[in-house]
Amino acid sequence: MIIVFLKEILDNFRDRRVVINTLLLSPLLGPVLFAVMMSFMSKQVSERMEKPLELPVVGAEHAPNLVGWLERQGVIIQPPPDDPEQAVRDEEFEAVLRIGPDFADAWNAGRPAPVEIIADRSLRYTGTTISRVNGYLATYNAQIGNLRLMLRGVHPDLTRPIDSQILDLSTPTSRGGQVLAFLPYFILIAVFVGSMHMAIDTTAGERERKSLEPLLITPVPRWQIMAGKLGATAFFALASLALSLVAFVVSMGMLPTAEMGVKLNLDMAVAARAFVLVAPAALLAAALLIILAAFAKSFREAQSYVGLIVLVPMVPSLWLMIDPTKAQYWMTWVPLLNQNVMIVELVRGSEIAWSWYAATILSTSLLALLLAGIAATLYNRPRLIFTSG
Amino acid sequence: MIQAEKLRKTFDKGRVVAVDEVSFTAQDGQITGLLGPNGAGKTTTLRMLYSLLAPEAGSIRIDGVDPLAEPLAIKRKIGVVPDSRGLYDRLTARENIRYYGRLHGLDRAVVESRIDALAAVLDMGEFIDRKTDGFSQGQRVKVAIARALIHDPGTILLDEPTNGLDVMTTRSLREFLLQLKAEGRCVVLSTHIMQEVAALCDRIVIIAAGRIAAEGTAQELLERSGADSLEDAFVRLIGSDEGLLA
Repeated sequence: MIIVFLKEILDNFRDRRVVINTLLLSPLLGPVLFAVMMSFMSKQVSERMEKPLELPVVGAEHAPNLVGWLERQGVIIQPPPDDPEQAVRDEEFEAVLRIGPDFADAWNAGRPAPVEIIADRSLRYTGTTISRVNGYLATYNAQIGNLRLMLRGVHPDLTRPIDSQILDLSTPTSRGGQVLAFLPYFILIAVFVGSMHMAIDTTAGERERKSLEPLLITPVPRWQIMAGKLGATAFFALASLALSLVAFVVSMGMLPTAEMGVKLNLDMAVAARAFVLVAPAALLAAALLIILAAFAKSFREAQSYVGLIVLVPMVPSLWLMIDPTKAQYWMTWVPLLNQNVMIVELVRGSEIAWSWYAATILSTSLLALLLAGIAATLYNRPRLIFTSG
Repeated sequence: MIQAEKLRKTFDKGRVVAVDEVSFTAQDGQITGLLGPNGAGKTTTLRMLYSLLAPEAGSIRIDGVDPLAEPLAIKRKIGVVPDSRGLYDRLTARENIRYYGRLHGLDRAVVESRIDALAAVLDMGEFIDRKTDGFSQGQRVKVAIARALIHDPGTILLDEPTNGLDVMTTRSLREFLLQLKAEGRCVVLSTHIMQEVAALCDRIVIIAAGRIAAEGTAQELLERSGADSLEDAFVRLIGSDEGLLA
């Protein structure tokens, strides 16, 4: 068993493609992608928030006071395009403010004076601009409204029967957890992708090279041969996992988290716990992939099966992203879902009961061992040895 | 010594009868040739001998041991050069052989000295430490043979050993097989090449369409068929010239 294990490790370390794929690309892809994306996003958001708002105004002459107030707020008023609707549709401007000719009449009569923000909400990048324009108008609205009430001797607070405020209990760490919500997905992908090549090479690859038959003529029980292959695959999965976690810790450490108002709870101690939590999933991935690949006749066929299986860890991650529900105890008994839940809880910095750890590790290990058991008996089937005759 | 008794094996749920009623004996210190056209059931017979396939009927004894009952014991007794050589391209010849030596449970030191001895006998010194990727057929066969002999087995099974070899390599391989015979081992090889059995084999077992067509020494086969050459004898004994041209 050990001999098979060592040979497979040596054999695959000789293959530069495998080493690059497993030990470099797959663990690094997630963190790098993630880090670049995050820093880009935070930069974009802050740039949009801080950059002076440029706003074309149609009919500025109908409301000189409003326009003047906007200018004092730092808004750069621009001359309007000839056809504002078309200009927005053509994405020349993110938003155009239109003040109707009856603005002054309505204003003077004390009726709500109409203004329009022309924008296309389906364009996601315009969201910040629209809400900024809206925000300025709401502030102006409130100021004028209060002044009008005071002129009539009414205290403005009378219009606010309720003073509601949100007491935000989120901490920088827990907000950081939100940022790291898709960390589990990247980690599980690293585990699956990391073990993928090894699983195929040791089973379907062995068959394609026609070295399976001589191998099975050696006086080694077949389950031991399979166990060696499984061990080597799991080893690569674990290596991939460990590297991926380290890469995440390093790359997240380089993010400008303070500016984003978050603190990422992702140091080596957290990574170590995540490793322990995900380690059984590495065996699970190895066994699952080996079972599939062992049925394939060739490397290529195996790759097409296995490519689909790599989507499996995505399912719980996506589900949690689309429908973010409260982490519950039962979830820790569902392999792969539990890794997702636990990593999210871990990076939120919340206290996690030992029973949750135990359930996660136990349930995943049990399923992994079950699959490993199935994998170990695969070579007892003659059909799997002679597919070509 | 190998004793095979009325072996039967079918594939595809009994629709294809690969081997039926195959019985023969291979003695120690002799080379026994399984001769037959392509698809006659030679490889299937050998696979049953080295316990990779279980016969549906019949029995096998190798030195008195039943491969069905004790597959691991059988695998320690025999050395097999299968039809597909199946080397690991990323490993050197030495590493390929060493892997099998270790799988046979041999000590590292024993494995190394055996590899050196086999490399000398098989004239592998030139390529023993090169990766097998890009090896010629002859070099591959040599590695496969060394791999099969790493545990010094008393019984050696070779499936089409000279397939794809040039004349010189074939000659040296024959000499090597005769040497194994001289050491008192039981050598069984399958082939569809007439000259090979004529040059090498003490006993010839002709298999056609999964059955034994004839068995005996070259001389006996000639007498029995009344033919002048072994090739004619072969054609008469299997009742057709099917497969000979392949």
